[in-house]
Amino acid sequence: MSDLLGLNAVAAREALDKKAISAVELTTAYLGAAEATAGLNNYVALTADHALAMAAESDKRIATGAAGLLEGLPIGVKDLFCTKGISSTACSNILKGFVPPYESTVTANLWAAGGVMLGKLNCDEFAMGSGNETSAYGPAINPWQGKDKVDLVPGGSSGGSASAVAARSALLATGTDTGGSIRQPAAFCGVVGLKPTYGRCSRWGIVAFASSLDQAGPFTRTVADNALMMTAMASHDAKDSTSTQTPLQDLIGAVGDGVKGMKIGVPKEYVMDGMDSEVVTLWEQGQAWLRDAGAELIDVSLPHTKYALPAYYIIAPAEASSNLARYDGVRYGMRVDAETLDGMYEATRAAGFGEEVQRRIMIGTYVLSAGYYDAYYLKAQKVRRLIKGDFDAAFQTVDALLTPATPSAAFPVGRKIDDPVTNFLNDVFTVPANLAGLPGIAVPGGVTSDGLPLGLQVLGRPFDEASLYRVAGVLEQAAGFTMTPARMAGGAA
Amino acid sequence: MSDLVTGRTGDWEVVIGLEVHAQVSSNAKLFSGASASFGSAPNENVSLVDAAMPGMLPVINRECVYQAIRTGLGLKAQINLTSVFDRKNYFYADLPQGYQISQFKDPIVGEGSLRIVMADGSTRDIGIERLHLEQDAGKSMHDQHPTKSYIDLNRTGVALMEIVSRPDMRSAAEAAAYVRKLRSILRYLGTCDGNMEEGSLRADVNVSVRRPGGPLGTRTETKNLNSLRFIQAAIDYEVARQIEIIEDGGAIDQETRLFDTATGTTRTMRSKEDAHDYRYFPDPDLLPMIVTQDEVDALASALPELPDDIRDRLMGEYGLSAYDASVITEERDTARYYEAASDGRDRKLVANWMTVELFGALNKSGKSLENCPISPEKLGELVGLISDGTISGRIAKDVFADMFETGKGAAAIVDEKGLKQVSDSGAIEALIDQVLAANQDKVDDYRGGKDKLFGFFVGQVMKESGGQANPGMVNQILRSKLDGA
Repeated sequence: MSDLLGLNAVAAREALDKKAISAVELTTAYLGAAEATAGLNNYVALTADHALAMAAESDKRIATGAAGLLEGLPIGVKDLFCTKGISSTACSNILKGFVPPYESTVTANLWAAGGVMLGKLNCDEFAMGSGNETSAYGPAINPWQGKDKVDLVPGGSSGGSASAVAARSALLATGTDTGGSIRQPAAFCGVVGLKPTYGRCSRWGIVAFASSLDQAGPFTRTVADNALMMTAMASHDAKDSTSTQTPLQDLIGAVGDGVKGMKIGVPKEYVMDGMDSEVVTLWEQGQAWLRDAGAELIDVSLPHTKYALPAYYIIAPAEASSNLARYDGVRYGMRVDAETLDGMYEATRAAGFGEEVQRRIMIGTYVLSAGYYDAYYLKAQKVRRLIKGDFDAAFQTVDALLTPATPSAAFPVGRKIDDPVTNFLNDVFTVPANLAGLPGIAVPGGVTSDGLPLGLQVLGRPFDEASLYRVAGVLEQAAGFTMTPARMAGGAA
Repeated sequence: MSDLVTGRTGDWEVVIGLEVHAQVSSNAKLFSGASASFGSAPNENVSLVDAAMPGMLPVINRECVYQAIRTGLGLKAQINLTSVFDRKNYFYADLPQGYQISQFKDPIVGEGSLRIVMADGSTRDIGIERLHLEQDAGKSMHDQHPTKSYIDLNRTGVALMEIVSRPDMRSAAEAAAYVRKLRSILRYLGTCDGNMEEGSLRADVNVSVRRPGGPLGTRTETKNLNSLRFIQAAIDYEVARQIEIIEDGGAIDQETRLFDTATGTTRTMRSKEDAHDYRYFPDPDLLPMIVTQDEVDALASALPELPDDIRDRLMGEYGLSAYDASVITEERDTARYYEAASDGRDRKLVANWMTVELFGALNKSGKSLENCPISPEKLGELVGLISDGTISGRIAKDVFADMFETGKGAAAIVDEKGLKQVSDSGAIEALIDQVLAANQDKVDDYRGGKDKLFGFFVGQVMKESGGQANPGMVNQILRSKLDGA
């Protein structure tokens, strides 16, 4: 088979089971694709030998009829996941050289399902960023280009994951989403990204950013691929106290179920100043597609939406300031020696953490400090409950919500990095779901006049990922999104 | 108010509150599966969670929660069915996470009380403000290398109960009685081994002084005292220091102090201005901890009888003195020994033999009840022999000494050495006749009115019998022979 990279995951699984292709061939093709698109800087470590060994094992299992759900499928892993024996740095200098002696639960689940690990993917340092520009490894690049051929960000923080799936240097990729870090890059790169319900995927072994918001999820080319990968990723994990025991729905089956009779809410607050008119147009188009497919579209109000971003930028840094205290130079990672213990902490953390991480640690420390706790952290938690209440009320009448995924298409590398507040606005449509712990999926819906992908977001009730896949499946089919990026492995289709 | 301290300018009342850190008896740590045992090689009991490796998460050890609830029940305290773990943030080399998981606003146990018994048998109820669970930190060693510090994380994450009293104590003696009683309850419950030398139980002492009945003075907190003696010494020193400062016209700084065990003095550790801002907030890795009333009820029904209840029973049912009852019930092992030894025997007599002879012998030999050569059943047997007249109390002391030495049973020793009391009236009469014949002059004096010589005859008869003659019978027969003739 010549176009190995052209196969989506479901098709590749079929081809592997029919022995039309081998896992080693498929993996070799992806390793070649990663080399060929190295300029996108979406991998921070390629584990070729490891990948080929895993692929050979997959071929043996396929031969004996013992193939797992993801048997033989090449997967890239966000560098935030700890992978046993393989460098795991959260794209931070402070963890340079750190090789964990353990495997995160999510990646362990993927390997147990037969997945093949290609390597570690670029991301924002400690997942803090919306453009993959804060990485200690330098920015990952979006394979899509506008008419001016300027390098664009892939979004963030899981920018390497979105970039690799879009560039076809990974068939599947893991991401994490704390305030939109899966859905926003998925939208920027024209791929499908799911942030599951909080507690659906184990956080064990994933470098923590903001524990009450962090959630791992899949990046894929299609909605069906996404449901497949998600089914393998999710599990109850006794090692994560916030992991759910709620049984996983039949996600794979839900993809083709359609939306006939579903009630889809359209929140009126999901508009903002400076929002791209093409984003609004796509959103309206999305509503029409769902209506045409038999759904009932209902206007709803989520009145506290405007407070979500400020609340998020208090809660997430607060948790981060505490979560990142362990990177102190004492036990692992970088250490810069000094005369005193405090001096060593200061020198190590000043050298090891980038500017954005330092900014958030300082904000987080401030909002938790005596005299400010009530005004900031406690108030933000109250806002969080109000936002959750908005969603609870909406889901009394609707089954899912349709919103734009981002206020704009991907922006040029370096354009917004100097203005943190503008950067924060990228998360305006994605953050509320994290605060409320809800599942959300981003699906490519079309392109701008400049030829850049735009995504739609579907939000659902807790632990109702199946409804998201139903809606996303309809949107995917209606959109017929077949365009591919300029800088894709194997050339543009 | 006998506890008042007299200064140069008048009387002072001492106000003391204690924060006791008690290590929870459990196999594993509070949030990791690592062993919580004492005495392992450095860094032997350290899990990935304890070392705060990236991506590691805490998972509550339910047994530690149950231990805290048992302790709360033992302190007659409110058990909070919902409690919350918070992060207490600070940097230190032996605190790998950069925060200690503790309970700040919503502890597992609320208000309770504890009854202390003073030396004169009087009792006082000391209020318990709260009990919460928290992680212990590791150990930094600064004396192992000229320029480096060594870190041992074995203790990191071990479960502690912090038990906070109300400022209800008024003297060092009351504070010591409080800690002794608390330790006793913890040991009865099996929730903490109470071993102060190994650091399983340590106290922070809050002390202030005021004019009797006046407003509370400014307090100081002296940290980490690990013996009853140090607790009392630190309080005595602080009381004297504070009174002197105030009487000299000065003011007490609210501060944290350290106790120097070598000099018996305290010194400033950090002032209020340098106090840490711990930035407490609920740990997002842990859900609020929920226990059900059923769980609490099940724990309550399986609770052992506690020292106050046993003490009341020993005084009420067995008629023991307040002092004996307190001494016997202070330790669970002592109470168990007593219950076994006195079962079916003269309860008061057994209590006497335990508190006087047994404790005396243990003290003298440096042994503890745990390795006592006399089993409770054997002590009971000895008391039984006294009660049924087989041996006299005096002979019993010799038998006891022999038992303590050899571990043999009382009856066996009595048999072996022929110490059985002689209660055969014929034999006693013969002995008496012999003594009277040998002392005819004294018999005449007695009969002439020298009554006091009666004791001399008793002594002579007992001596002739080798102490084995039944003293009651000797008295009776002697009197009839001397007076009746």
